[in-house]
Amino acid sequence: MSVTIYVPRDAAALALGAEKVAEAVTQEIAARGIDAKIMRNGSRGMFWLEPLVEVEVSGKRIGYGPVKVKDVAALFDAGLESGGDHALCLGEVEGLPFLKEQTRLTFARCGVVDPLSLKDYEAHGGLAGLRRAADMAPADVVKEVTESGLRGRGGAGFPTGIKWKTVLDAVGERKYIVCNADEGDSGTFADRMIMEGDPFVLIEGMAIAGLATGATKGFIYIRSEYPHAIATMTEAVEIAGGAGILGASVLSSGRAFDIEVRTGAGAYVCGEETSLLNSLEGKRGVVRAKPPLPAHQGLFACPTVINNVISLASVPVILEKGAVFYRDFGMGRSRGTIPLQIAGNVKHGGLYETAFGLSLGDIVERIGGGTATGRPVKAVQVGGPLGAYFPRTLFDTPFDYEAFAAKDGLIGHAGIVIFDDTVDMLKQARFAMEFCAVESCGKCTPCRIGSTRGVETADKIAQGIEPEKNRALLADLCNTMKFGSLCALGGFTPYPVTSAMTHFPDDFAPTPLIEAAE
Amino acid sequence: MNAHVANGDIAERTRAIVGALRSLEGPLLPILHEVQDEFGYVPHEALPVIASELNLSRAEVHGVMTFYHDYRDHPAGRHVLKLCRAEACQSMGGDAVADRMKTLLGVDFHQTALDGSVTLEPVYCLGLCACAPAAMLDGELYGRIDDQTIADLVAEVRR
Ligand SMILES: Cc1cc2nc3c(=O)[nH]c(=O)nc-3n(C[C@H](O)[C@H](O)[C@H](O)COP(=O)(O)O)c2cc1C
Ligand code: SF4
Ligand code: FES
Repeated sequence: MSVTIYVPRDAAALALGAEKVAEAVTQEIAARGIDAKIMRNGSRGMFWLEPLVEVEVSGKRIGYGPVKVKDVAALFDAGLESGGDHALCLGEVEGLPFLKEQTRLTFARCGVVDPLSLKDYEAHGGLAGLRRAADMAPADVVKEVTESGLRGRGGAGFPTGIKWKTVLDAVGERKYIVCNADEGDSGTFADRMIMEGDPFVLIEGMAIAGLATGATKGFIYIRSEYPHAIATMTEAVEIAGGAGILGASVLSSGRAFDIEVRTGAGAYVCGEETSLLNSLEGKRGVVRAKPPLPAHQGLFACPTVINNVISLASVPVILEKGAVFYRDFGMGRSRGTIPLQIAGNVKHGGLYETAFGLSLGDIVERIGGGTATGRPVKAVQVGGPLGAYFPRTLFDTPFDYEAFAAKDGLIGHAGIVIFDDTVDMLKQARFAMEFCAVESCGKCTPCRIGSTRGVETADKIAQGIEPEKNRALLADLCNTMKFGSLCALGGFTPYPVTSAMTHFPDDFAPTPLIEAAE
Repeated sequence: MNAHVANGDIAERTRAIVGALRSLEGPLLPILHEVQDEFGYVPHEALPVIASELNLSRAEVHGVMTFYHDYRDHPAGRHVLKLCRAEACQSMGGDAVADRMKTLLGVDFHQTALDGSVTLEPVYCLGLCACAPAAMLDGELYGRIDDQTIADLVAEVRR
């Protein structure tokens, strides 16, 4: 019987050499006359092991990693095709603690299946949610999502069911589902991974959203920095259309829903929902004032659901297994699972899906294994460039929307970036301001001008120029931006800046050298 | 990519692109992407054509084209090297990688080498944050960049 050898084609695996490894594996198979085929899967999300090569032996997947091209011949000498022993052999992949201890609901298939095989998708539970939704009244689908407790995974944490209900109740000539795949936060890659590793789950989630709200057209707005995700998603949409999952009659329900993939053009602010809508319409990506809400007047002034990739990709399992099943995971008002993205200076970086509620320290130290450099952790930025820097003293904070807010932080898209003790927090604060200045849409003064002033002020502090006065000025600027900005780009940039000042005051002290020189 | 395209030719090819994409809902960004793919940049001469074909003002099209970081108004080098400058890459020495790359290539960000070999651009996250620092050369991705990768990348653009 033919053996299946898996070599990921996830972008991060490719960045670590997976393409060349796949070529080498192909060559060895041919040269040795082995009865085997290569399958290019998504990633399991254990990036310190990528490229992770797997082979299926009597129903189990045995892993080898991280595999370099020069290892490939030796792996076959050791009998890779039958799960043979080798220094790189990890044993059964599902048994690795990092994977075994996760609760994979949204990412259940990612890294397991052939991303573009509908047969594989269905064999692993795909389409069960959409089938059920197609038999339900739209309001009941919305109710199921509301009761699951799912909150938007794009950052704001707004209840998804309530957003859908608003669109269901809105009147419009046509309605849209817009998927926000602009994933611009540093430290985040969950959207990318799911689009590359299990694109049909996003398509299914969007189709359910369409049936639930009466929307007939969906757009997936993917950032241009993700060419692989764009290619996979585009192909998957075509396949889904050919199979009747999309089109004039979704799964023969008599109800239409279609999807179009669009490419962004390199603007961080276009992840903000109203700016994204302007961009889709072919305008400058400036933020719109709310109201009107997109749910009432969104894309082309029609009622529009705009949701993050993970929010939408979490819907199929909710419909398949029911609201209660999903709601039973988590803590407080943070229900279900969250794909943590552990990144930066970390030993075991990757994607870890789990119920809400783990402590930050547990995530960083136990799951992440501490820093890659082996030095002590100094700061952890959670929630992307607009998220606060947490010191070790806040490591007991549970991963939960409210718990993070209570500590002046946010979980955002659940990107977790770890820094060792060599990091200079004044430099990080300066970067936050610089990033805001580069990416500001320009609509409001506190964000547009304030961020540039922030960079100048940080520079003065670094140079030891009137440090006390400039620290006060920086704090004041943050206050103005926080309360005077129209959207969270200007409004949340104070989080990294203020948290850096509060938790790491030593880094903002004037340099003794310059004082001595004066 | 051709830096010396005749004006009439640009207009004609732009018109063909608009013709193929104008039926999309909100076609301007897809059109600009396609124009940039065709010429390697968005030629100044293409803008009035797009404007008149879509019944927009020139200012509007210019405003959109200049808002987005991706669109360039002149040709790039033969290679485009994007280095990630965002936080996760910073935490793994991304600043040092950038400095070294700038020195070795003799260019700053947003610049093209004098021999036209390479354009260096900053990018804020490639989604490779768990294998930082990261870069993209002509669409190919590189993670966990070390001195060897830097040397390889420099050799690649100089070839
Ligand atoms: C500057 C800025 C950037 C954002 N970037 C993203 C993004 O890349 N992806 C995303 O899903 N949401 C992003 N958001 C949040 C969206 O505005 C919006 O809340 C989200 O798409 C709603 O979907 P959800 O309810 O499913 O999370 C951003 C917000 C701001 C202010
Ligand atoms: S805060 Fe900044 S990005 Fe947001 S609307 Fe104002 S200027 Fe634009
Ligand atoms: S921060 Fe560099 S790839 Fe994400």
